[in-house]
Amino acid sequence: MLGPNGAGKTTVIGIVTSLVNKTSGTVSVFGHNMDEQCEAAKACIGIVPQEVNLNMFEKNENILINQAGYYGVPRSIAKKRAEKYLKAVHLWDRRDDIARNLSGGMKRRLMIARALVHEPRLLILDEPTAGVDIEIRRSMWELMREINNIGMTIILTTHYLEEAESLCRNIAIIDEGKLIENDAMANVVSKLQREVFVLTMRDFMQSPPVIEGYEVRLRNNYEIEVEVAKDQGLNGLFNAISNQSLHVSSMRTRSNRLEELFMRLVENKNLNIKISQQSKVTDSAGIAQEKSN
Amino acid sequence: MFDGNTLLDKTPKKPDLIQINLVGLRTIVTKEVRRVLRIWVQTIVPPAITMTLYFIIFGSLIGSRIGEMGGVPYTTFIAPGLIMMSVITNSFGNVVSSFFSGKLQLNLEELLVSPLDFTTIIIGYVAGGVARGLAVAALVTIVASFFTDLSVVYPLVTISVVILTAIVFSLAGLLNAIFANSFDDISIIPTFVLAPLTYLGGVFFSITLLSPFWQKVALANPILYMVNAFRYGMLGSSDIPLSTAFIIILVAVFGLFGLALFLLRRGIGIRT
Repeated sequence: MLGPNGAGKTTVIGIVTSLVNKTSGTVSVFGHNMDEQCEAAKACIGIVPQEVNLNMFEKNENILINQAGYYGVPRSIAKKRAEKYLKAVHLWDRRDDIARNLSGGMKRRLMIARALVHEPRLLILDEPTAGVDIEIRRSMWELMREINNIGMTIILTTHYLEEAESLCRNIAIIDEGKLIENDAMANVVSKLQREVFVLTMRDFMQSPPVIEGYEVRLRNNYEIEVEVAKDQGLNGLFNAISNQSLHVSSMRTRSNRLEELFMRLVENKNLNIKISQQSKVTDSAGIAQEKSN
Repeated sequence: MFDGNTLLDKTPKKPDLIQINLVGLRTIVTKEVRRVLRIWVQTIVPPAITMTLYFIIFGSLIGSRIGEMGGVPYTTFIAPGLIMMSVITNSFGNVVSSFFSGKLQLNLEELLVSPLDFTTIIIGYVAGGVARGLAVAALVTIVASFFTDLSVVYPLVTISVVILTAIVFSLAGLLNAIFANSFDDISIIPTFVLAPLTYLGGVFFSITLLSPFWQKVALANPILYMVNAFRYGMLGSSDIPLSTAFIIILVAVFGLFGLALFLLRRGIGIRT
């Protein structure tokens, strides 16, 4: 689930986990209606919230054992699970420490272990990798893939679009509380009409080469940006470059494809709102003129 | 890390909510009792020291000049009141600080997202408050026994009153924590409501010492009934009929429990 700050991602998660009172609509989790079978629905969910919400003075192992207990897991089983999931997030050696003494990344990992300890069918991760270094982020991605592979559904909200593109099968884009896109990742990405490539050249350049049919910009003396439409392909571009005796050392996409799409969807929406507002103003001006006539 | 045995069962199952709530209750009670024991320097020791000072000053030093009250030496008269004062303060303080710190640190969300019924959550926190209240009561009773000869005339009355009072003030502490948004909010009630009511609730004096008008005013104070019922259990004398005291305590237990349950189910103070 993607969306700009304040779009309503955390509110949606709050409603699903009953931390936020909804004003309208219904929520159903694996067939359990939240209004009628709230406890049954909540039993299916594990949540890793955006903000750290650990008991800072409790031992890390006890945090997991207690959490399992709240979901009805007997203490003997909870202790085994706590060991299993603390090992999975590489915190077993810190089991007797209190949460307050953990680093930011460790606290996030502890929250993931806590969300898994009752082995839910749905795991909700609200920006789990925010503020986490690259190495830990990669290991968390690996963990998410593993738990997804054993059959656990994961809902992930993130600002890292690369994370969404590499981990998710489906994507929902939300803005100002409205769902503006909800489809399979492959379908969403295929909607992109243009892509920007960055080409690193072997030759020093003072100005961008002129290539017919392509928009080329100079990034620096060795890099150019080329905007390529989906139906254009890259062969024509490379033929033109070769004809000008230029040599390409490497090539990459300028930005995440999903980011392009995300910005376009949000910008389009804002544009539509502006247009509709302008048309309302025009309409009302027209009406006022009619009345005066 | 995840072997074949951990593959999730995809067939929807109806969770056993009775099992969940029983295990959940045990977990909350264990957690709360452990908290009391972990910070025993803050939870158990201070009331023992305070009450020792009360016994030294009001019991031994001033009490010897007062003589008898309610047909017993003054030190003996104030002993049940001081025990009840400790129970009231500590059961209230335990729940208000535990629940409010959970709200403040956000770790209360661990319980709120779980499938536990709010009844279970309330009983769990109240059990923690009662445990601390009773632990402190036992300690203060030991302290009191160094200053006066204590005997329990009606053990059943004594035990039931002390437990019910601890429940009432644990629930009151929970309500305070539900509404509290800052540390100021959790100190206002103990300072401006609980302390005056406790000191004027017959801990240090018999209401027969008051003028008829103030005797009637004192009857509006629920703590008076609890202190006197407890004193009746220990010493066999009371300013208040025992049945009236029990009715008021039980009304308070069920009333406060119902109110706490209503507020939590509505999400007041815990949800946005």
